[in-house]
Formats: sequence, structure tokens, C-alpha cells
Amino acid sequence: MILGGSDTVAATRFFGKVLSLVQARLDGGKHFTHTAKELVSMRKNSKRTAFLWLCVAPAVILFVLFMVIPTFNVFRLSMFEKGMFTDEKFIWFDNFQTLLNSPAFIRSMQNTLLLIVVITLITMSSALVLAGILTREKLRGQNFFRVIFYIPNILSVVVISGIFSAIYDADHGLLNSFLNLFGAESVLWKGESHIIISIVIAMVWQAVGYYMVMYMASMSAVPQSLYESSGLDGAGRITQFFQITLPLIWTNIRTTLTFFIISTINMAFLFVNAMVGSSGGVADASKVTLIYMFDMKNQGLYGYSMAVGVVIFLVSFALSALVNKFTEREVLEY
Amino acid sequence: MKIKKEISHSERLYKAFIYVVLGILALLIIIPVAWVFMASVKETAEHYGSPWAIPTHIHWQNFVEAWTTSKMGDYMGHSVLVTGLALGILLVVALPASYCLARFKFVGKKFLNTCFMAGLFINVNYIVVPIYLMLNDSDKWLNSIGVGGFLLNNHFVVALIYAATALPFTIYLLTSYFQTLPHDFEEAAYIDGAGYTKTMLKVIFPMAKPSIITVILFNFLSFWNEYIIVKTLITDKELWTLPAGLLNLMQAQQSAANYGPMYAGLVLVMLPVLILYICVQKNLTKGMTVGGLKG
Repeated sequence: MILGGSDTVAATRFFGKVLSLVQARLDGGKHFTHTAKELVSMRKNSKRTAFLWLCVAPAVILFVLFMVIPTFNVFRLSMFEKGMFTDEKFIWFDNFQTLLNSPAFIRSMQNTLLLIVVITLITMSSALVLAGILTREKLRGQNFFRVIFYIPNILSVVVISGIFSAIYDADHGLLNSFLNLFGAESVLWKGESHIIISIVIAMVWQAVGYYMVMYMASMSAVPQSLYESSGLDGAGRITQFFQITLPLIWTNIRTTLTFFIISTINMAFLFVNAMVGSSGGVADASKVTLIYMFDMKNQGLYGYSMAVGVVIFLVSFALSALVNKFTEREVLEY
Repeated sequence: MKIKKEISHSERLYKAFIYVVLGILALLIIIPVAWVFMASVKETAEHYGSPWAIPTHIHWQNFVEAWTTSKMGDYMGHSVLVTGLALGILLVVALPASYCLARFKFVGKKFLNTCFMAGLFINVNYIVVPIYLMLNDSDKWLNSIGVGGFLLNNHFVVALIYAATALPFTIYLLTSYFQTLPHDFEEAAYIDGAGYTKTMLKVIFPMAKPSIITVILFNFLSFWNEYIIVKTLITDKELWTLPAGLLNLMQAQQSAANYGPMYAGLVLVMLPVLILYICVQKNLTKGMTVGGLKG
């Protein structure tokens, strides 16, 4: 079976429904009498139908095959016991019960949440402040700074982890040799006790530029006159930043915050995957939930690993929704 | 008079402070990247000295070793192949679809648009395991009927999956652009006797060039840098792409303490991206505000 029984059925049903809906509309439905004019428009209509089909179908097929069905499968498999060589067995919510009782899972969840909170706070606040400075002040080389700050975002996580392994190296690393200059002790940056901090630094390094450029775009839309008039009233830079800039781009901040949480979960996975080996104390200390999911998959516990996937998927949505709710403010217009 | 002078004095101090802070931050980005370039031409012995020492001569041997012994040359070939294929498939599939979704009225359009929007929230990391299982099962079935499984370890399939997972973001970006065009263009083309296909190809797509370039840029970056899909769906390490191969090299070289080729490999992955970025940085930072979110 190309897709496995139930998937094929589900896919055909889903796909068939979408397209029959499309076609029902395109055929027009009511052709009882055919005047010449109608015949012409019908021919035109069938051409239009064929064109639309040809254009939309490939995208829908690819999307259904490689995104809808796999997503559906994540949820379906989470209720099955499925191993590398064993057949699927429906076990209701047993997988979820097992994972809620697993200390490794709980630990990975704590790490994930810790990373989300710390990285979001640092990245967002520094991106906002930097963007505020770069858009508000008349500085020379503004464009230069924008170009430079964006560079980490275009590099592969693998490259970044390579760069940071050079920085964090215990004996001839850049960071330790710099610390030694000031007489500070060398630090085992990739040791058990520091690995989380090291990951946070690398992830913030990667993300700040992107969000800075994004906020710069929305801040430059805030009318200059607001700053001028508040300046006459005696408002300083900091007051202006909190009273004018932030409230006026609040919608943008909310949207990015929501997406940032989801993206941090994924980026944390990529970073830990590339920066930390697969076993040992360091791996345990930095394990995030998606890593745990892949560990379980590599052990052949497919069903269980998908249950982990479902939990982290739902948690990421719940978190985003919560943040979205708590940051709700009246939308200001300018 | 005196007050004014004081203000401008503290003003200047503030400006200087800002420059210093921005300068330090810029250095924090430039130094590590530049350092890797420097380290890539250091000799093995030099890697054990001070990390800040400038190499005595340019040791190209690292690159030769990375390219041949560590197979970065092969990986580079696979990367070019997969990225190129994926971009091609993506454009051929996404452009007509976004055009129709943006400019035609038909039942189910709203539903499709919502589905693609929802797709923005689905991350590859979650669905790569089911995709692997799907391909693995299909291969087993193909083997059982004597065809021979060909879905795993297949660059074309990887490219297809890249294209599929990039669809929501790409369609979102392109549709929002197509929606801004006035309908007069098509009407004029229809009156001149051009069909739907001709109008789309000859009139609309050329106008969409700036957003097509944005789409190509963003997706090039994500395809070129991707490694989770490759590592999961390609079980034969010989067939990996650059980032996956590099990660492997990094983990191997670090225990073998053979740093030279590792940094050379890093440069090989970074260089095409950096060159592209320098050429098109305006497009990239501008295009970002069109999308407004990250895929």
C-alpha cells in the first residue's frame, strides 16, 4: 500500500470532497436550455474549469500527501503501539499515560519551557530596543548594522553550531581565551552545568537580527510628528519608546511573539541536535521534547514517539494562544 | 545658551555610547564568522596555539581534504541537485495555484486558503517521522510486489517533500501579492484573445517577478540549510547533502581533533549563502516585511 489503508481512504475522501465542491460550482449546475450564447459561455466555463483544476490540483495533491496525511498520522499513531517490526495495535491513550509518568519526558518538557521563556524574553526585548535605536536615531551606517545583524539568520543551524563549538571549546575556544585575558577561569561551556546557557546564547545570537529587521520595518511606519510633538512636551527617548513606539506597533509584537514561541520549540530542537551529542550527561541536561521524540523514534517506538509529538504540538499551541490572550490590547491607529 | 550647550554635549555622549554598543554587537557577529574563515586555512598544529593567532601561511590543503577525503564535494553536488529540484518543483506548483487562489472565484477557494494558512503552523520536525514511516512502508510494499523500493534514499522524493512543506508559506506570500494587482490586466489580455494559460504566463507572472525572487531567496536558504529531513529520509550517508554531511564531519573530526577540514567544510556551506546574501540583501530584508512571519 502506498499510503497504508486508512490514509488512502481518508485522503481520497478529503481530496474528492474538495474537488467535487470546486467542480459543482464551476459546472454552473443549471443547464436545461442551451442558447447559442450559453453554449459559448459553457465552453468558456469548461475551459475555465480545466484551467483551475490544472493549476490548483498539483499543489493540493502535494500538500495533502506530504502535510495533511502526515499530520493526521501523528495524531493517529499516537494512540497505537507500533514498533519497528511489530504491527500496529490500538491502545487508546496508553502512550500518553506512559509518557506522563516518564521522568525523562518531564525533564525534557521543563527544558523546553525554560528555553522558551528565557530566549523569548531576551530576544524580543533586545530586538525591540535595537530596532528602536536604529530607526529613531540618525546614525551613520544604519544600513551596515542592519545587514550585519541579519547575517546569523541566513546561516544553517549546523554552521552556527560549528561556529559556537569553536567559541565554546574548553582549551582553545574564543570565549575562554577572552575570559583568560581578564584573569577569569576557563569555563566548560559545553559541560553539564553550562550547556543550557550556551544554547541560549547561540539561539539569541541567531534570532535577534531577524526580529530587529522586522521591528525596524514596522517602527519606521510610525509618524515622525508624534515624536516631535511629544518631544516638545518634554518626553525623553525612553518615555517615547514606551509610550509611543511600543503601543503603536503592538499588533506586530503580538503576532511575532505568537510565532516566536512555536518557532523556538523547533529551533531549540535543531540547536540541541546540532550542538550536543546524542548520549551522556550533557545530552540529558539539555534534552528538549522534540529530541526526546526523535530518540524514541530511533529506538523504534514509533507510536510512543508520536504521542510525544502530539503533546508538544498541543502545548506549543496552548502557549501561543495564552500569550495571544494575555497580550491583547486595544488596537491603536495612527 | 549654556543649557543648550549642555544638552548637545550629553547628546553627543549618548550618540557615542550608542555607536560603541552597536559596534560591539556587530563585532560579536563578524568576529566568529570571520574567525571560521581564518581557521579554515590554518595548519593542524596552529589549531592548538592561541585561537587569535593569524595563520603563517594559507593552508589550502584543508579544503582539498574536506572536498575529497571528507566527501564534501559529493555532498555539495547533492545539495545543488536537491535545492535546484525543490525550487523548480515549488515554483511550477505554487505559482499557478497561488494565482488561481488569489484571482478566481470558485467554491472551495476559501476552504483551500484556510487549509494552506493552517499549514503555516505545521512544522516539518513533527511530520518527518510519519513521512518516513509512509515511505518506508511503501518501499516494503514495492519490494513485496517485486518492483524494488525507491522512495527512501531518493533525492527527488526529498526535493518533492521540501517543495510540499514550503507550499503554505510560498502560497501565502504569492497570493497576497497577486491580490494587489488590478484586474484590468487580465481583462485586456482576454479581449486581445489570450486564453487563461497564456494570460497567466505572459502577463501576470512577469509582473510578479519581485515576489518570485523573494520566494526563491527564502526557500533557497531554507532548502540549502535543511538537514533533519535529509538525515531521516536518506539512510545512506553517501547520499547526504552539505549540512547533514557537515554535521557528521563535525562530530567525527572533533573526536579525531582534525579541525582544519572541519572549518573548511563550514566555509563551504557558508560561502554560497553569504555571497548570495551580499548580492541580494536589500531584497531579502525588504521581502521579509511582505511575509511578516517565518516558515
